[in-house]
Amino acid sequence: MKKAIVILMLAVFGYFLAITFLDPQFEAERNRDGVKKFYLDKTVSELKTANTVTAIVVNFRGFDTLGEVTVLFLAATALGSILFKKRHHIGDRTVLLPASAIVGSGAKLIFPAITLLGVYVFVHGHLTPGGGFQGGTIIATGFLLMLIAYRDFSISHNILSVIESLAGIGFVTFGLLGFMNGGTFLQNFLGTGVLNDLLSGGVIPIIYILVGFKVAAELTGLIYTVLHEKG
Amino acid sequence: MNYLVFIIGFLLLVLIGAALYAVYQKDLLYAVIATGVISLALTGLFLVLQAPDVALTEAAIGVALTTIIFIITIRNTVRYEDEKDNVKK
Repeated sequence: MKKAIVILMLAVFGYFLAITFLDPQFEAERNRDGVKKFYLDKTVSELKTANTVTAIVVNFRGFDTLGEVTVLFLAATALGSILFKKRHHIGDRTVLLPASAIVGSGAKLIFPAITLLGVYVFVHGHLTPGGGFQGGTIIATGFLLMLIAYRDFSISHNILSVIESLAGIGFVTFGLLGFMNGGTFLQNFLGTGVLNDLLSGGVIPIIYILVGFKVAAELTGLIYTVLHEKG
Repeated sequence: MNYLVFIIGFLLLVLIGAALYAVYQKDLLYAVIATGVISLALTGLFLVLQAPDVALTEAAIGVALTTIIFIITIRNTVRYEDEKDNVKK
């Protein structure tokens, strides 16, 4: 009986999945001229942002992005609170074996390049693919490499918290400034400039730089906490 | 026929193969590397399907961060699936 119900539910689910994916109707009237057209038109004509995805993430759906940042913040905080211990001194990391000289030198060589790539990705978030989340993650990857290569490489948790908090406060402040100037959260209130310029898109690059700092600090802190957890 | 179809098909096959490998592998370290391969194939898929933003996210988070965090977890716990009974401290 139970199996029959499960099979029936799966069949119904599969049926609806099949009608959705066998004929997606990308070219249907409502899909071609509806919200997609609105986004594409608005992005180029009003926001002057070359990357439509960024415009949607930061401007049209900016409030959702605030929620995403909050989720990440809560996850990092929860992990930190579970794994938190008083550390006596640096260098008591049992997780890692000492890395060889090749790994150490390679990490030292490649770390600035990774950080630069991360900064590039989030500074150019409104022009090229990528943005705050991606850039921040790339920077965190660089710190991860350094943490693995050097056992006594340490980052101050206080500095990370300060960066994270300031970036979060900055995000909300710019959102609320939009409230005061335009009427909605994250409304653009700066000049938009010329399409494809680095300084264009109004408030979008500023928000993405803040998100980049916040994500980088959060993920670095997260990795640092996990790495220092003794087994 | 478009050559893109072949690339997408190949990536999907890699994805499914790596996922099955990750499920059936008893050595958890290999399984984690297989999940990294899944993320790599997904990155390629996103790139081919013209979603570079998502591809960047998947590359940074899926391939690098998640894999490393899982490896650290394995180093702190056990490496083999049937090793539960005699956990080394």
